[in-house]
Amino acid sequence: MSFPSSRQVRLLIKPVWFIACLLPFVWLLLNAFEIAGPDLGADPIEAIQDRMGIWGLRLLLLTLALTPLRLLTGKAWFMQLRRMTGLYALFYISLHFANYLLLDQGLSWQFIIEDVVERPFITIGFIAFCALIPLGITSTYGWRRRLGRKWQSLHRLVYPIAILGCWHFWWQVKQDVTEPLVYSSILFVLLGYRLANNYKKARAR
Amino acid sequence: MIIKTGKNTLTPNIKSSEITPESVFINRRQLLRAAGLAGVSGIAPMAAAAEDIPSRYKRLKDIKPSALSTDEAATSFEDLTGYNNFYEFGTGKTDPAGYSGAFKPLPWSVTIDGEADVTGTFTLEDLLAPHALEERIYRLRCVEAWSMVVPWVGIPLADILKRFKPTSKAKYVAFETVVRPSEMPGQKRSILPWPYREGLRIDEAMNPLTILANGVYGVQLPNQNGAPLRLVVPWKYGFKSIKSIVRITFTEKEPYTTWNDLAPGEYGFYANVNPEVDHPRWSQARERPIGAGFFASKVPTRMFNGYADQVAGMYKGMDLTRYF
Repeated sequence: MSFPSSRQVRLLIKPVWFIACLLPFVWLLLNAFEIAGPDLGADPIEAIQDRMGIWGLRLLLLTLALTPLRLLTGKAWFMQLRRMTGLYALFYISLHFANYLLLDQGLSWQFIIEDVVERPFITIGFIAFCALIPLGITSTYGWRRRLGRKWQSLHRLVYPIAILGCWHFWWQVKQDVTEPLVYSSILFVLLGYRLANNYKKARAR
Repeated sequence: MIIKTGKNTLTPNIKSSEITPESVFINRRQLLRAAGLAGVSGIAPMAAAAEDIPSRYKRLKDIKPSALSTDEAATSFEDLTGYNNFYEFGTGKTDPAGYSGAFKPLPWSVTIDGEADVTGTFTLEDLLAPHALEERIYRLRCVEAWSMVVPWVGIPLADILKRFKPTSKAKYVAFETVVRPSEMPGQKRSILPWPYREGLRIDEAMNPLTILANGVYGVQLPNQNGAPLRLVVPWKYGFKSIKSIVRITFTEKEPYTTWNDLAPGEYGFYANVNPEVDHPRWSQARERPIGAGFFASKVPTRMFNGYADQVAGMYKGMDLTRYF
């Protein structure tokens, strides 16, 4: 029998993956309450903002990497992690956004609206977040069945969302774009792989 | 730190009068009172925090208080030295504290050149020796919309500049940071075009608020804060207050300034703190005080960082949305 069996995926890989994806959040809490690790430093609000944002982006890119991983390795079980990983991306991006609303802005709506309307990097981040929500809601099997072919089209939104996410990151950096460049390059490779693959399939037909 | 009270002495059982000449002690009180800052609150931040400063930092002696100091509580020494923008040591806020250990601020010399009668290269000691050190507790507002209150120690820039007899052609003053990639790991990459350069109009440079600082919290400047000598211009965004200065040049034309050159739409030559002129990517209307914790809400940013009374006159008639 090939490893992993569907039982092993269900009882081992998925729970392990669930815990692994939760670790950045647990670590943040441990740091924030000074239970373990370094504290959040002189500007804890910014630290939460940066960390949750970067983990949201990482998990989003990881979600996009699962299909290529399946195609390259022939292991179908990678697909069984896709929904959980995508939902975790939404989880971290929601925390990123909630931190902005609550701790950073203190729910000062006047400033929040001004930010979202007038500051392009916040605008695109906000659009990306809003677009991610319906994907999270319709990620269940029930919704997938109900939407049929439309589900696939809807969930293709994840590509522009990831592009906006990288752009949002790039745009808020003051000068040194090394880090956003790394994430954008990964996204570029993932999208390139997908396009090349589609092209190959179209030609084969 | 020269101000000692019975409660706050570093060494117990020594009367404050034995450490601090009484005249200086009284002088400070008088100055504070003169500035309307009478009472213990104006003295407390520094005296209280001096105890927390690790002994490896060399204490500076004979520091005069200044009526220009704010009575707001100073940001902790830990935050002041742990949260910095000093790209010469890396772009992260904790990089300067983490990667400035190899930097050797002493011995140091500064070259003075350009439109002045007296020019040349001077040792740090020669530069500072004729002047009395002053403590200036100033607000610091970063262009990134966070702020601190810093008890600098330094000398009015004007007092130093006048010794070099600037000529009538000296309309601006340009400053340059040291370049030492072997000691400053951030300089191994071309994050910014090194050396970092800044500049002021001559009247801004001569304003009584502008100082060259060689210390903070009564001790020599830590490396991450711009050792051994840095500019402090409290009504401008922090990036104007250039660190680890090796050259001061009097110029006739507006000098090159690093951030202005890199992104002229985002960082002006003047860079005066102005809550009404937003950065293109974020609001400058409010700021987050560093060290205030998780639930510290932002506070309104003040025009010229609260120093309008002392500096607004210099910009009379100027369109501050254009000359931002």
